[in-house]
Amino acid sequence: MKVDFLYYEDCPSHGRALERLRRVISEEGVEAEVEVTEVKTEEQAAELRFVGSPTIRVDGEDIVPPPDGAPYALTCRAYTLEDGRVSPLPSEESIRRALRR
Amino acid sequence: MANIRIGDNAIPFNLPGVDGRKYLLSDYDDREAVAVIFTCNHCPYARAWEDRLVQIQADYAGRGVQLIAINSNDASKYPDDSFEKMKERAEEKGFNFPYLHDEDQEVARAYGAERTPEVFLFDADGILRYHGTVDDNYEDPEAVREAYLRDAIEAVLEGREPATAETAPVGCTIKWK
Repeated sequence: MKVDFLYYEDCPSHGRALERLRRVISEEGVEAEVEVTEVKTEEQAAELRFVGSPTIRVDGEDIVPPPDGAPYALTCRAYTLEDGRVSPLPSEESIRRALRR
Repeated sequence: MANIRIGDNAIPFNLPGVDGRKYLLSDYDDREAVAVIFTCNHCPYARAWEDRLVQIQADYAGRGVQLIAINSNDASKYPDDSFEKMKERAEEKGFNFPYLHDEDQEVARAYGAERTPEVFLFDADGILRYHGTVDDNYEDPEAVREAYLRDAIEAVLEGREPATAETAPVGCTIKWK
């Protein structure tokens, strides 16, 4: 399994998000190679289809697919949690679901 | 780094609000404390904390505390931060404090604000008593251990120095033009 972790340095949650991703991978017991990419420019954001930090893809598929037309940008990404709250981090559950697909 | 330090005077402003009014900081000279909060629509950190800000305003309105939210982001690059979208956001979330548009970003630059959200809490004399984040947990309001803004408000209302006068603002960077 290939896991891509893309982040923008100015968003402070990326370290915590990567830690969460690695923990869930470990808990799930899956063999996964995590490739970490820092997105530094708007051009790179467009090239990588980066809609915000952090973005996590499992085998190329976003763990929480963004809406159609979401702009590619150097920004922090908003995740809606299972209880409706907004967070800068994807929930453990959303990571887990993506790993189990 | 902020341009004003703990103990400095507030910097006046005159900005339009989402309700069509113009707001001066001096409109609130009679308050016991005023929190100027740089925030925005699109940033997940700002959004994570906005319900808590509404609750803080509700809890402290009767004790002479006023929150003022200011959005300084460049809406040309971040359309969710346009004035029209600000009006929608304030309505949707039931903001019980003014939500002001700093379109030319002069107020954010004057304060030296860098993040959304970023709080500047002034006492009744307009002196900065707390600067930084709202609390220590953007993810889970139930897991907050250090309610920095609430604690600072309580201190100001009691005429004390806040135990923690400065914290690092946690959030998105302000999107400059």
